[in-house]
Amino acid sequence: MNARIFRRPVLLIGAVITLALLAVALMSLIWTPLPPSQMNIVQRLKPPLDAGLLGTDQFGRDIASMLMVGAWNSLSISFAAVAIGAFAGTVVGTTAAMWRGLFELCVMRLCDIVFAVPPILSAMVLGAFIGAGRFTVVIAIGVFMVPVFARLTLAAARQIWARDYVTAAVGIGRSKSKITLFHILPNIANQIIVQVAIQLGLAILTEAGLSFLGLGLSPPAPSWGRMLADSQTFFGQAPWLAILPGLAIALAVLGLNMLGDGLRDMLDPRNNT
Amino acid sequence: MRKKGVLWAASRHALIGAVVALGAGLSAVHAVAAPKTDVSIGMAIEPAGLDPTAAAPVAIGQVTWQNIFEGLTTIDRNGEVQPQLAESWEISEDGKTYTFKLRPDVTFHNGVAFDSAVAKFAIDRARGSDSVNPQKRYFASIEAVETPDPSTLVLKLRQPAGSLLYWLGWPSSVMVEPQSADDNKTTPVGTGPFKFVNWAKGASVQLERNPDYWNEEGAAMLEAATFRFINDPQAQAAALQAGDVDAFPEFGAPELMSSFENHETLETVIGNTELKVVAGMNNARTPFSDKRVRQALMMAVDRSMIVDGAWSGFGTPIGSHYTPNDRGYQDMTGVYPYDPEKAKALLAEAGYPDGFSFTIKAPQMAYAQRTSQILQALFAQVGVTMEIETTEFPAKWVADVLKASDYDMTIVAHAEPMDIDIYARDPYYFNYKNPAFNNVLQRIEATSDPAEQEALYGEAQKILAEDVPALFLFVMPKLGVWNKKLNGLWENEPIPSNVLSEVHWEE
Repeated sequence: MNARIFRRPVLLIGAVITLALLAVALMSLIWTPLPPSQMNIVQRLKPPLDAGLLGTDQFGRDIASMLMVGAWNSLSISFAAVAIGAFAGTVVGTTAAMWRGLFELCVMRLCDIVFAVPPILSAMVLGAFIGAGRFTVVIAIGVFMVPVFARLTLAAARQIWARDYVTAAVGIGRSKSKITLFHILPNIANQIIVQVAIQLGLAILTEAGLSFLGLGLSPPAPSWGRMLADSQTFFGQAPWLAILPGLAIALAVLGLNMLGDGLRDMLDPRNNT
Repeated sequence: MRKKGVLWAASRHALIGAVVALGAGLSAVHAVAAPKTDVSIGMAIEPAGLDPTAAAPVAIGQVTWQNIFEGLTTIDRNGEVQPQLAESWEISEDGKTYTFKLRPDVTFHNGVAFDSAVAKFAIDRARGSDSVNPQKRYFASIEAVETPDPSTLVLKLRQPAGSLLYWLGWPSSVMVEPQSADDNKTTPVGTGPFKFVNWAKGASVQLERNPDYWNEEGAAMLEAATFRFINDPQAQAAALQAGDVDAFPEFGAPELMSSFENHETLETVIGNTELKVVAGMNNARTPFSDKRVRQALMMAVDRSMIVDGAWSGFGTPIGSHYTPNDRGYQDMTGVYPYDPEKAKALLAEAGYPDGFSFTIKAPQMAYAQRTSQILQALFAQVGVTMEIETTEFPAKWVADVLKASDYDMTIVAHAEPMDIDIYARDPYYFNYKNPAFNNVLQRIEATSDPAEQEALYGEAQKILAEDVPALFLFVMPKLGVWNKKLNGLWENEPIPSNVLSEVHWEE
């Protein structure tokens, strides 16, 4: 009991940070202080509060506006990527648990192969084939997430398959796919949700990394990672250029990780006894 | 850095202590303080080969020209033509016969003697049908090369070539000898004050003093030199601060220049270059085939905004493919000044009232990326959408843009001096074809009267400014950062180079 109360604030803080970021990201769709790609060279490299709330970059663009739109870009790409990964991974994992045998073996070895290729590399290869952009980033990160969810759901689903009530359901002749849908999935949903929150944090970090390397969204679409990359040589003159997007990335990842941790603890049946 | 300094100070104290104790350490201290005999020069781009007669990228000449290789003539630090392997020459009345008297006692690094036969070989190799010389067209006016005796070389021209002596001083015109010519890409052999030692691909090229150099006055003052290739400006600054490189003659990040001000050991030297940043357009592709579209885009561009935003205010706007340090320069920035309203009107007249979309292939260098982003914002104001596609320089850019002309717009700094004639080349990546312009350039070559040439260069600039085959943006200054004790590097860059023979350390 004590441990649970102690850990609840983690969930709370994580949820508040994540919701706040989500709100900022959604708001950027209808309102930003200035258009994020509007340049004003005369007002370049102004510190926070000198021009706009958070200052301006080397082209005189408003950093607050760029961070807001960057939040939307970052979150939307991460959500889309994790959605792809979670869906495809869960389908693959639960199917493998259902069929077992050679299919399971092949799926797991395939997962190992995908695991071995870093998402940065797969993004570069994909970018070369279909060109850089939002779609490339989503696919590159999403593909990387598939084995994570496949492994998780396979292990969890196999445990459920061994339960007595599943054996009973098999005994009365329910089809394997119906069992998966009505008995397995509801019982592993908690674990998937927790994993989604944790992977979202990772996806944001990967997206920022790809953008930092110039493999992400193409300009002028603001992206936290590219803001960081562009700020490097200006660090001496305008440290806020690096600090602000860095903080944004750190905050987003922290919030999602806390949310994931908190959810895991809350949803863990062992804590409910 | 700080830690290093403390350690060094501590060791010096220890040394002084030892000196006092032993009473015989002064010589040791002097040994420590003796001037360095080598230099490490930083460059942003690593050349793909080391033969300046075989490929265009200026990085090749910046390593080899005047260090390893020399020409019949040379270009000095003021941009003037000077004799080199040819000690003198005579030009016939009609301007069609050049008789060079070659310097005796010159040998290549592999021991082969330089004479008129070698010079004939080098020139024939450059102008031959299977030549890959990047400035091959400069040799086109040569009809025949004759060698009446080993110290005399005669060039017979088809028509007068008023700039021949200047071109012969270029990196692409250097003298090579038959045995080693094919291997110069990896193991260059020339007549220069430095010999090639080693090329660690991806890292550095090492040179050492040529003890048998023909010219005692021009001999290298250093024992050894290293070129180090560091692409990232942040890493360039770190290497300079740490003393890993002694000089970065073309430092990559203007915004970091202020961090070297009042520096203990480093100084900043801002000089002239021939680096013209131009956004070339594919004149063979619609809509850029329409002159009005090109003119409209030029009027959509605020050059001073680009200089400030992309290069921290270091730079001079240009209105044609010509720099203020070139002879016969005329300011053409007023031909199509920044005027978004007029630009929109002209686009509408050309049939694009709602603008259009295209892609710029921009190399990864900071100036190209930043300028592209500003252009993107400026074009958006007149309704034109530009996508930025980063294209790796040099390999991919050379293949896609320079060789295949597969692009809409691109952006690059043209480094060669007086290269306005690139707009007359066919093929060349702009795909710009204007007989009137070609005619002006021919007349420049037909005369050797400098005043007339300058007037004609003015005409050529005007044609380009009006036709806008490329968006003429700005000239980059040479942002040099080097050790205060290092002397002899060129402050200005009349031709892309890192001439090291006069470089030395002064305490």
